[in-house]
Parts: sequence; structure tokens; C-alpha cells
Amino acid sequence: MTKKGLVKLGAILPFLLLLLTGCTEKIDVLDPKGPVAQEQYNLILWSFALVSLVLIVVFVLFTIILIRYRERPDNMDYEPPDTHGNTKLEILWTLIPVIIVMALAIPTVQITYGLEKKPEQEPMKIQVVAADWKWIFKYPEQGIETVNYVNIPAGQKINFQLDSTANMNSFWVPKLGGQEYTMPGHTGYLMLQADEPGEFDGKSANFTGEGFAHMNFKVIAQKPEDFDKWARETKATAPKLTDEKFQEIIKKGILEERLTFSGTHDDSVIETVHQYRKKTGESGGHEQH
Amino acid sequence: MRWDEFFVTGDPMIYAADASIVLATIAIVAVLTYFKKWKWLWTEWLTTVDHKKIGIMYILAALLMMFRGGVDGLLMRIQLAAPEMKFLESEHYNQIFTTHGTIMILFMAMPFIFGMINVAMPLQIGARDVAYPWLNALSFWLFFAGAMLFNLSFVIGGSPDAGWTSYTPLASLEHSPGVGQNYYLWGLQLSGIGSLASGINFIVTILRMRAPGMTLSKMPMFTWSVLITSVIIVYAFPILTVALALLTFDRMFGTHFFTVDGGGMPMMWVNLFWMWGHPEVYIVILPAFGIFSEIVSTFSRKRLFGHNAMVISMIAIAGLSFIVWAHHFYTMGAGPGVNSFFSVSTMLIAIPTGVKIFNWLATMYKGRISFTVPMLWTLAFIPNFVVGGVTGVMLAAAPADYQYHNSYFLISHFHYVLIGGVVFGMIAGLYYWWPKLFGFKLNERQGKHGFWWFMIGFNLTFFPQYILGLMGMPRRIYMYTNTDWSALNMASTIGTFMQGVGFLIICYNIYWSIRYAPRTNEADPWNGRTLEWAIPSPAPYYNFSRIPEIKEMDPVWYAKKRGEKVIDGPLEKFHMPSNSGVPVIMGGLFFVFGFGFVFGWFWMAIPAFIGILICMATRSFDYDDGYYVSVDEVKKIEGV
Repeated sequence: MTKKGLVKLGAILPFLLLLLTGCTEKIDVLDPKGPVAQEQYNLILWSFALVSLVLIVVFVLFTIILIRYRERPDNMDYEPPDTHGNTKLEILWTLIPVIIVMALAIPTVQITYGLEKKPEQEPMKIQVVAADWKWIFKYPEQGIETVNYVNIPAGQKINFQLDSTANMNSFWVPKLGGQEYTMPGHTGYLMLQADEPGEFDGKSANFTGEGFAHMNFKVIAQKPEDFDKWARETKATAPKLTDEKFQEIIKKGILEERLTFSGTHDDSVIETVHQYRKKTGESGGHEQH
Repeated sequence: MRWDEFFVTGDPMIYAADASIVLATIAIVAVLTYFKKWKWLWTEWLTTVDHKKIGIMYILAALLMMFRGGVDGLLMRIQLAAPEMKFLESEHYNQIFTTHGTIMILFMAMPFIFGMINVAMPLQIGARDVAYPWLNALSFWLFFAGAMLFNLSFVIGGSPDAGWTSYTPLASLEHSPGVGQNYYLWGLQLSGIGSLASGINFIVTILRMRAPGMTLSKMPMFTWSVLITSVIIVYAFPILTVALALLTFDRMFGTHFFTVDGGGMPMMWVNLFWMWGHPEVYIVILPAFGIFSEIVSTFSRKRLFGHNAMVISMIAIAGLSFIVWAHHFYTMGAGPGVNSFFSVSTMLIAIPTGVKIFNWLATMYKGRISFTVPMLWTLAFIPNFVVGGVTGVMLAAAPADYQYHNSYFLISHFHYVLIGGVVFGMIAGLYYWWPKLFGFKLNERQGKHGFWWFMIGFNLTFFPQYILGLMGMPRRIYMYTNTDWSALNMASTIGTFMQGVGFLIICYNIYWSIRYAPRTNEADPWNGRTLEWAIPSPAPYYNFSRIPEIKEMDPVWYAKKRGEKVIDGPLEKFHMPSNSGVPVIMGGLFFVFGFGFVFGWFWMAIPAFIGILICMATRSFDYDDGYYVSVDEVKKIEGV
């Protein structure tokens, strides 16, 4: 049984080493590239340090007790004492978890409120629409729209406004920060920022059915001047997003290619999409019975 | 509806399943007929109200469902072993992870705990049966009807594929138009009503039927865990019943409780589901805690450390379990106030749980620990559950959860607590109480092999998943392209197969022991402490020929020390409940009723419902109030 304690420690160690050596490039959550992901990363590390303490104490006690008090041929006549409990000890090991929980709860609450604070300058707004199964990004200020990728200026807070035409998905860019649901009929938001230019994986996190695994996107952070140039050029040269085209895009189905449009869809389309579906009978499947 | 819409077609695996179901049915019928066992099956098992036999049937069903859910798990892991695998289609994979989750929680963990409770709780409190034996049988048959209905979806009509959480709008008629979701609703509804009845039954049994002198403070820890669990069941399950009914109305009658249009709120389903769902995880874990408490104490030869603290901790966990549900969806964005509240309330659960862990360690401290198979599972529980528990605390921190949510980090966390806690606990309990039920121990050597295969396989499966989660692998994807995830996924798949080997060894262990293990019929094979070890093994159908007077905790242990007998005094005739065929018939009718509703066939559902009403009337006018067991018969059975 002592072997098992060691096996468990052995399993934890690589994880610790990963953290310490900084070999975390492939571990998105532990490789933050923006202030939100950074704050979350700090909290993750702090919580990991606290729980490691608990793990070490329990594993050491567990191993010692098993070695020391296991039944051996030479202690078969040992009769254990008839202890009922020990109030002092029990208070002690109630207080230790209380302290650990407080040590974690206080920064948790601080960061929870901190991340919701209004930024000083008005952030750039991008509307995100999760459709089955593709991501649509509308730039209301630039008057352009993209599908399955989103260019953003680095070093600037972006207010992603989250919507859905169909099922509830979750918008997640691990290197920039944690996720938020995209709910049909309710607009949520997520404030993210990339510190440096770069390309980041974006994911669907909340299951939406058949094409779920195929619904991914890229976040491409550019230097602000490059972003402005891209937005201007797109506005000038990209094909116009028509109503028909938009309806075609949001129809249920897998769409993995990246699309770029000038012009944007009308928000009322999203609001009425369910009624729209009912009218045209595009319920995405055959009716029951 | 055409026949090829009724039967699931087109997949060779499904045809294989069809064939094996037909063959297994023919084989069972043939064996029962050949050995003339139909009458035995009916009188001894199907109509029984004996809590021990009902418990055995629950456990048997749980093991079958563990096999089914385990095969689902294996199929998923094969598909995820390498990037861009072509083993399963998306649709098939989605059905499999949905049935895996639903079956493991509701049709494996739940019957396993009900099995353990039925087997051991009445024996621990010195009762001859539960308070409502007839209702107990009905609970079992409702569970069984629900489980069979749910499993039938695999070959008839198609399985649900919206996840075991069945979130709306995905589970609504618009997005899941097939009958699979109806199976989910009716399978859970039927078994859920059975669970609720069980909860009531166990509360009354524990409060009203303890042996004289057994005050609550002298009650064994497992029985305490059952009492607290049952209270949670009674408060939590009605929420599930209502939520399922509302979604059924949405799907069948066009209401708008959880739709997006028509004023419905999909997030309301998510709230209701977890208001039941979070207490549910404590419903399955607390009895496991109770079993571990009994086993730690027995095999350390020491009294359980801090009885009162253990009870208070469980009550605290039960209370907190009702105010943490929103931690399942911090990312809904309900605002910092809500998320802060649920973060802190969730973290608080670590305190009573920590107290329990330390008390178990303190029980072993200065003990003499023998490594029997039940004790091995209990010992393995401590480090594994602590890993699952502390990652639960990490998940509780809302901002950090924004990164873990819906990822494999979460998957790994709840498998560590549910397998490391519940499954380990149920297997430990099975090995521990087996000799009381059957008069012989399961082979220890085979049991240890099974244990190590399962334990190592379990860690190999789930530890890599923590890292995969941090690498950004979302749950419920049927396929991935990222080659960075391959190695850890392959390790995880290999671990799953090792767990499968462990499970098969345990099954073989049971088979081998039934055939060859020596029948020792020892009353007290483990040097036990609580009342169940005072009666003969296998336990006679009436449990206690005389009801003992209890003066202390662990009465059998202290009586052995003083050389006294726990069960003594003159024999007298006593009263027992009669068997009844009504519960199993009602179970069958409920099955037909549910099946009718799944397909919207009222011509089938309404007659079945009338049948159910007739059964209830039959029960109401049933004046058979049991029979007496004579002194002579007890003497004959116990050989005195």
C-alpha cells in the first residue's frame, strides 16, 4: 500500500514540473496571453498551491499510518485502544480547512468582482452569434462581418456580446480567458484582451449536437494599425452580406470555412430567428410521428 | 410510423445488440423452463418483499448497468484514442455519452446504493424488514421498469443524445425531434418516483423500527448516512419529477416552459436540473461514506473516531448540498454577486468533508489494519477521493471555473469523486456484506487482482484528463484534430481497458466464489462490530429471532469483549409481511404506460394506466396483513 502513495505522488509530480519548468505552451490554460486569462491563471496557481498543501498532508499521514499500523505477524496480539474521539484534535482539523477555504475564498470573490469592473475607456464591441454549427462575428463599428475567425486589435479590451440562433453554446478562448454561455434569446457578454499579436484557438465548449466538434474558430490579434487597415480593406473589397446569404449561413449544418463580408446582419433577425424557423418549417429535422 | 423508424437500423453494432438481446432472452426462458424454475422465480424473487432479496436484485441490476455503462465508456474511449478516429459517427457517439452518464448515475449508482441500504440497514438497526415492505418492492420494480425502458431506446426508436443533463433548448422538440429524449424523460420519471418512495420508506424505518435502546447517538454510521441521504432524497427528487414533467409537457403538448419563444426560459431547466442534480451527487456519496466508516472501523479493530463529528459533518454536507447548484453554470453570467455566493458556499463543503477524512485517518491511527479486499477499496478511496475533492475546490473558484468549465478537467474531477467515492464504496460494501447474505466470503486473492487492475486503470484513465482539460479539450466532442492531445488520450484509453479487465476479474471472482468458495456460514467472519454480525449467515428471512436490547455503540464488539451474547432470551412467535405479486405487475404496467407515452400512443398508455389504478385498488382492499413465524420454525432454521 505504501507503493500506492508513491504512485500517487509520482502522478502529481509531472504536473508540478510542468508548471515549474514553464513547459506550458501546449497547455493553453497555463499559458495566458491576456489580462483576463492572466488573472484566472493566478487564481488557478494559488488554488493549486493551497490544495497541494492539503494533498501533501493527507498523503503523508495516510502513508505513515498505513506503514506504522498495518497488521504484521509480530503485532497480532496488539489490541488497539478504545478511543472515542478527541475534541481538541477535531477542532484543529476543522479549523485548518476553514483557514484554507478563507485563503481561497477571499481572492476568488475579489477577482470575481474585479473581472466585472467597467473598463476606463469604452471597449470595442464585437457581436458573437453562435449558430449550429459555426461562429459569426459582427463588427457593428466597422460595418463588417466574419465567420469562424475574428480579428482583433492587440492591447485593447474587446467586449464580445454573445448571442445564439439555436442551441446554447459556450464561447471559449483559453489563452485569452475563460468562457461564457451564448444563450438564445438573451445577450451575454465577455470582456477579453490579447496583449500581443498572435493567433489563438477558440472553442465551442457547451454541447450543441451533431456538428459540435466541428465548430471551432480562431482569434487573430493584430497590431492596432494592421487591424484598422484590415477592417478598412474588408469594408471596401469583401462581398456584401445579404439577408439571403445570412439566412443560408445560420441554417443548421456544419460550416468550417472562414468567410468575410462587408456589411452586417440586422440584429432583429437573431431576435426573430425562432419565429422565422417556425414559419419556414426549417426546424432542422423531421417532425415527430 | 414505419417499422424501420421503430427499430434502430443501419449499424452493425446495433444488429449485434439486437441478436444478443434475442438470444439472451431465449436462453433465459429455456434455462428457466428446463430446470422448472418459473415457480421458484415467481415465489422467491419476483413477489418477494424481503429487503435482502430486493437488495440483491438492486445490486444485480446495478452490476448489469455498470457493464452497459462501462461498454459505453469503452466505445467512447476507443473513438477518442487518437485524432480524427473514424470508429463512431457523431450521432452515435452523442447517444453513447448520453446513455453512459444517465445510466451510470441513475441506473448504476442509485440502485447500487439502494441495494446496499436494503441489504444492510435493517440488519444494523435490529429490524425484521423495512417499514413498508410492499412499497419497497414497488420502488424496486419502478426503478427496474425505468431502467429497462431507458435501455430499450438503444434498439427501438433511438437513444437520447442531448447529454445526461439534457439541457434545453437542445433537448426540446425543435432540436431533438426523435423519441430518444422521451425515453430519457419517462425512464427517469418512473425510477425517480421509485427513489422518492424509497427515501420515505428508509426514513420511517430508521426513525420507527430501531431495536429498543438504540438511540440516534448509538446508531451505526452507515445507518446515519442512510437517514441523511433519505432526507435529501425526499427534498430533492420532487424537483426532478416536476422538471421532467414540465419538459414532457413541452415536448408532448406544446407548452413553453423551456422553449426560447412563447415566453419560456431554457435556463430554468438548467436551474431545476441542478437543484436536484447537486443534492443527487450527495445522495450517492453519503451512503458510500457510511460504508467506508463501517469498514475502516472493523478492519482497524478500533471504534470509529469522533462519531458525533461524523454525523454533524454529514448533516452539514446535506444542508450545503441544496445551496450550491449554480456552480454548475457560473458561465451563465449571472453577475459577480451570484457567482461569489455560490463559490463560497461550494468551498464550504470542503470543511465537513475534510473533517471526515481526518476522522477516518484518526480511526486507523493506532489501529491494527488488515488489508482485506473491502479494506483495500476503502483505503484506495481516501487518496483518490481527496484528489477529486481538492480539484472540486479548485473548480469552486468561479473565475478559474471559467477556464475549467465544460472541459476534461471537470470530467476528471467528477469521475474521481464518483468512481473513487461511490463505486469504490459500493464494491467495498459488496465484499463486506456478501458473507452475511450468502454464508461465504468472495475469494480474497482474486478480489485483490481485480482491485489493483481497476485502481491503476482508473488513475491512468482519469489523471491525464486533468491535463487534457487544461490543454483546452472540451467535453462531449466526438473527434479532435489537435495532435498535442493524442498521447494523453491514448493513455486514458489504455486505462479504461484496464478498468474493464478489473471489472471482469471482479465478475469472475463472484462467479468462482459462488461455485467453489467453502460455505463456512460464519455469523461474524470479519470480527465485526454492529448488529448484523450477531445473526446467522446467511441471514434468515426474518433476520432476528429475538430483537436485542441495545446499550451502546458497536454492541456486537463490546458483547464479544465481555463474552456476552447479543441475541438472547426466550423465543416467541413473531409477525412477518406476506409476499405480493402486485408490485411486479405494477412495474410491468408502468413500463407499458411509459412506452406508450414515449411514442405518444395513448391507446397503449391509457389501458396501462387503468391497470395501474386497478392494482392500487387491489392493494387498498387487500386484507392480508401477514403471518406469524412459529417458535418451532425458528428452532429448525437456527438449529437450536
